[in-house]
Amino acid sequence: MLHPRRRRTFDRLRALDDVSFEVAEGEAFGIVGRNGSGKSTLLKCLAGIYRADAGEIWLRGRVAPFIELGVGFNPDLTARDNVLINGIMLGLTPAAARARYDAVIEFAELEDFVDLKLKNYSSGMQVRLAFAVMVQVEADLLLIDEVLAVGDAAFQQKCHETLTRMRSEGRTVLLITHDMDAIERFCDRAMLLDRGRLAAIGAPGDVADRYTRLNFADGMPPGVESGRAGDGSAAFVDAWFEDEAGERVGILEQGRPASFHAVVEVRKPLGDPVFTLRLDDGRGVGVFETSSAHLGQRTGSFTTGERLQVAVRFEALLAPGRYLATPSLSHSESAGTPIDVRRNYTSMVIQGAAMGSGLVGLPHDLELRRAGSEAPLAGAGE
Amino acid sequence: MSAGAAYRMTGPAAVSGDPRRFFDLAYTLAVTDFKLRFFGSVLGYFWTLIRPLMLFGVLYFVFSQIVPLGADVRHFPVILLSGVVLYTYFAEATSAAVRSVVDREQLVRKIHFPRMVIPLSVTLTASFNLVLNLVVVFFFMAMAGVEVRWTWLELPALIVLLFLFATGLSMLLSALFVRFRDVRPIWDVVSQALFYASPVIYPIEQVAQRNETLAQVAMCNPLAAIIQQFRYALIDPGAQSAGEAIGGWPMLLVPGAILVGVFVLGFTVFDRMAPRIADDL
Repeated sequence: MLHPRRRRTFDRLRALDDVSFEVAEGEAFGIVGRNGSGKSTLLKCLAGIYRADAGEIWLRGRVAPFIELGVGFNPDLTARDNVLINGIMLGLTPAAARARYDAVIEFAELEDFVDLKLKNYSSGMQVRLAFAVMVQVEADLLLIDEVLAVGDAAFQQKCHETLTRMRSEGRTVLLITHDMDAIERFCDRAMLLDRGRLAAIGAPGDVADRYTRLNFADGMPPGVESGRAGDGSAAFVDAWFEDEAGERVGILEQGRPASFHAVVEVRKPLGDPVFTLRLDDGRGVGVFETSSAHLGQRTGSFTTGERLQVAVRFEALLAPGRYLATPSLSHSESAGTPIDVRRNYTSMVIQGAAMGSGLVGLPHDLELRRAGSEAPLAGAGE
Repeated sequence: MSAGAAYRMTGPAAVSGDPRRFFDLAYTLAVTDFKLRFFGSVLGYFWTLIRPLMLFGVLYFVFSQIVPLGADVRHFPVILLSGVVLYTYFAEATSAAVRSVVDREQLVRKIHFPRMVIPLSVTLTASFNLVLNLVVVFFFMAMAGVEVRWTWLELPALIVLLFLFATGLSMLLSALFVRFRDVRPIWDVVSQALFYASPVIYPIEQVAQRNETLAQVAMCNPLAAIIQQFRYALIDPGAQSAGEAIGGWPMLLVPGAILVGVFVLGFTVFDRMAPRIADDL
C-alpha cells in the first residue's frame, strides 16, 4: 500500500444473508437464482473455500466440490500425471488415485492418449477426463456448480446418467444450475436465492416457477433483438403479447388463450404485404410459424403514414420456457423481398404445471389398461 | 449411506484435516513442480545444476584470481561451492514462495485444502534440488581430497535447520504477498543482502581479524551459522565452527532463537491469514 495510514474504504456487500436450509442424506437438492444471487458463494462456503462471517454450516461425510472441472490440470503434464494429481487434490490418497486410474481412463474413453500432454488434447477430451476423475472420487456429498453445462450432447447425456446413478447409490447432491429442466427432472427439492436471500424453498416445480417469474418480473422481458433487415418501406414500431384478458404481459399461462400484437408504420405505398410471425425457443429451434400468405389472406393496399395493426391469437400450448418472437413483413411480389424483419423483437415466457420435457404441451389423455379388462388402471389427462 | 458424525464446516485453514492428506498434497505438488522444471526444457535438470555451478565459477575466478580472499583458505573452491549451493537453496525456496499462493489462485479458489501446503510444497521442491546439488558438492569434495569424518553426520541436522528457516520465511512471505505486493521487491533486496552477509565468498576468520564483534553479529544470521558449520563439519575441521565464530557455543542460542522465531512468526501469520486468502486474492 502506498499510504499505510490511509483509511481503507469499502462497500459492504452481503453475498448471503439469513439463508438456512437442511438437506437430508441421499437427497438431490437444487439451488437456483439469477447471476450474482449468491449461489456460488454459498457452495464455496459449504465446500470450505470461503469462510462464512456468521452462521454455522454442519456437514456429514466426505464432501467433494465440483466448482470447476479439471482444477489444477497442468497442460504440460500427461493425462496420466494429471489424473493422479487431480485425484489427490480432490481428496484421494495417492494409492487410491493410482488404483482408480484405469477406471478413469476407461470412463473418459481416452485409452489411446494417456501419454499425450494435456495441451495436445481437444477441449472436449479435457472435459471428459476431468469429469471422469470427478466421478471416481467417492464422496458422500457432491457440490456441483454448473459443471454439466459444458461438452457436447453425448457428454451431457453421460453426465446426467452418472448423476442419476450416484443419486441411486445414496449420495447427496447439491446442484447449481440455470437449467430448470434439470432441476425438475433431477432434484427432490430446490431453493431459490434472490440477492443473497432465501426466496423460496420446496418442490422443484414450484421453485422453478418462482425463478421464471423472478427472471421476467420486470414487466416486459428485456430487449433481445438480435438483428434487423428490410428495405424500410414499412417498419414495426411495437410488438407485444397479451393474455386472455387483453393485458399486455410478459408471462403467459400454459394452455390459456393468448395473442401476439404488432403495429406497423407504412413509409412508402405498399400493396399486399405479407406478415409472418415466427416463435423460437431461444436455442434456434422454431416452434411455431404462421403467415398471412399461408392463410391465403390478401392484405390490401396502404399509403404512406398509415398504420397497420396485426394480431395473432393462439392457445399457449408450448412447454414452459422462454420464447422469442420474430415478426416480419415482406413484399408479396418480387420473391418476398423483406420490408422489415426484426429478429427476436420481443419475447414471452410460458409457465405452468410441468409436463416433463418436450416442446409442446399437447392436450391429451393417458390411460393404462390391463389387457382384456375394461377398467382403466390409471387415467390422467385434460 | 452412513457417513459418520456431523461436523462443523468452519472454512479454510492453514493446517486442517487429516495430516496424511496434508503431506500427500504437499508432496504431490512439490513433485509436480520438480517434474515440470525437469522436463520443460531439452537439458532439463542440467540447467538447475548449471546455475549454481556458473555462479560458483564466476565467484571462484574473482576471489582466487582478482581479489585473493581465499588464497590461504584450505579447500577454498569446495567451501565456496558448498556456500553457493546452500545459499541458492535458500534464495530459490524463498523467492519462489513469495508468489506461490497467488500463482496457485486457481486451486485456492476452487478446492478446499489446508493452505499451508502451498509454501511447504515450494520449499520441498527446492529441497529436491538441494539434494541433487549436494551430490555434486560431495563429488567435488572427493576430488579435492576432503577426508570422510564422523562430523559428516551433522549434515541431516543442518539441512533440516535450513529447511525450517526457509519454510518459516516462505510462510511469512507468501501470506504477506497476498495483501502486500511490495513484499517481492523488498525480499529480492533482502535475500541479496543475506548472500553478502553470509560467509560464502569470504571466510569468517578474515572478518574476525578486523572486527571480532562484526563477525559475531554476522553469525547471528541463521543462514550464516549453518553455512559456517557446514564448512567446519564437512570440509575443513581446521576452520572455526559456528560456535567458535560466534564467540562460544551458548551464543548459538541467538541464531537458534531467530530461526525458531521466524518459523513461529511465519506459521502464525499464515495461520491467521489462511481463512481469508481466497477472498483476498
